[in-house]
Amino acid sequence: MLLPRFEYRAARTVGEALTLWAEQPGARFMAGGTDLIAQMRTRRKVSRVVDIKQIPELNQIRESEDGGVAIGAAVALSALCEHPRVRERYPALVECACQVGAYALRNRATLAGNLCNASPAADTAVALLALEAKVVATNMDRSRVIPVEEFFLGPGKSALEEGELVTEIVLPARSAGFQGSYHRQSRRRGMDLASVAVLVAKGGEGAPRYRVGLVSVAPTPLRVRAAEELMEREGPSAIARAAEAARLACSPITDARASAEYRREMVGVLTARGLAALA
Amino acid sequence: MRHTITVRVNGVEERHEVDANQTLLSFLRDTLNLTGAKQGCNEGECGSCMVLLDGKAVNGCLTLAAELDGHEVATIEGLGQAGALHPLQSAFLKHHAVQCGFCTPGVVMTSLALLQENPKPTELQLKTALAGNLCRCTGYRQILDAIQDAAKTMRAQSKRRTA
Ligand SMILES: Cc1cc2nc3c(=O)[nH]c(=O)nc-3n(C[C@H](O)[C@H](O)[C@H](O)COP(=O)(O)OP(=O)(O)OC[C@H]3O[C@@H](n4cnc5c(N)ncnc54)[C@H](O)[C@@H]3O)c2cc1C
Ligand code: FES
Ligand code: FES
Repeated sequence: MLLPRFEYRAARTVGEALTLWAEQPGARFMAGGTDLIAQMRTRRKVSRVVDIKQIPELNQIRESEDGGVAIGAAVALSALCEHPRVRERYPALVECACQVGAYALRNRATLAGNLCNASPAADTAVALLALEAKVVATNMDRSRVIPVEEFFLGPGKSALEEGELVTEIVLPARSAGFQGSYHRQSRRRGMDLASVAVLVAKGGEGAPRYRVGLVSVAPTPLRVRAAEELMEREGPSAIARAAEAARLACSPITDARASAEYRREMVGVLTARGLAALA
Repeated sequence: MRHTITVRVNGVEERHEVDANQTLLSFLRDTLNLTGAKQGCNEGECGSCMVLLDGKAVNGCLTLAAELDGHEVATIEGLGQAGALHPLQSAFLKHHAVQCGFCTPGVVMTSLALLQENPKPTELQLKTALAGNLCRCTGYRQILDAIQDAAKTMRAQSKRRTA
């Protein structure tokens, strides 16, 4: 069975990718294609696929200027999860990234693609929110940096403008060493989007800093600062109240995966469980 | 739009015209007549289309044929021949890990990729790697036993080769 008709062009440089996009209305960037190809089959009309996987600089994981790590937009999740420096410094991200889909899917799927698709269920998004990552996006005229916190606008909607290419995602040095605990419920253990998931992370020098992120329980992935502040102020004795803050922060819907009531209850349960595991 | 690609499939160099909107799976089945990889869901969920691209397991239904230029693909057809089966194939027969057989090429290729990365997987690592391969018949137990048995044979073979 063929896909609907489109053109395929592989870019060798960022500049070429931007040009290939600009000269053809209805063009779309493709990294792993695990979202895009599935969507083209059912609903998304695309006139030209601009493949970014052959752009050498987008295939790198490198040290960023501030001592953090910059992950190129074409790096597959499996390569990310195996990268020694990422594993050592950003275990919370690895914890979430290795939950995306299954083994073979992660050989193709990318971190940038997971972000740009802007699904409320994007597993890596909570980690990037919790680690205060930044997205570097480029168009013909300029490059800009978007904090992940400002990136998600709604289901399938992000702060990216038409024709903007994400080139890398930068994890700041100050978020290195945060230990994560990702609690994810799905109808089956592999290959299903999360029905509800909670990432809690703990780190920082001196008094511990906490991060709490939620997936699949709001129009966008969510960070719950109220829960974090309770934990930072009062320590493990605040776990029940932090879990309640997370429960109140979400705004789930009922769909094929779970009911709104179940999701909200589970946010409380999983947040408490995660915080207890870290304490 | 057509693309000319040069790709090594099971060690043989192939040069073909493919359509931009053709998948790797369609290229194998419809262009090369290699029907080992199966089309189940065609959306990445079932794993029956699994093949190796540059040694890594990928879903043939989620990869474009036009992307293959200069790359290397391995399919079940390249694994063993009648009379000279690959240890995975022999073990699948021995453990009755094949019933209807629809999932089998995909499961074998996923296992092969895993065993090349990790010759001695734990049960959990094996199950995790196979999470994207659905089998409607066997209940998976026979498949897991077959792979562990094959892994043992493959480890012994590679020890003999290096000795
Ligand atoms: C069977 C299956 C199971 C899945 N399971 C999960 C799961 O458990 N958890 C989960 O979170 N996701 C899951 N997904 C969704 C998907 O695999 C992930 O979102 C993946 O990370 C997308 O990455 P990609 O590189 O394949 O993106 P692509 O499909 O290449 O792109 C996704 C979107 O982002 C755009 N885009 C890609 N790269 C860029 C860029 N650099 N700049 C600008 N725009 C860009 C594309 O135009 C497209 O709209 C699953 C998908 C399938 C098919
Ligand atoms: S046909 Fe490719 S995963 Fe089902
Ligand atoms: S043997 Fe029939 S689907 Fe696996």
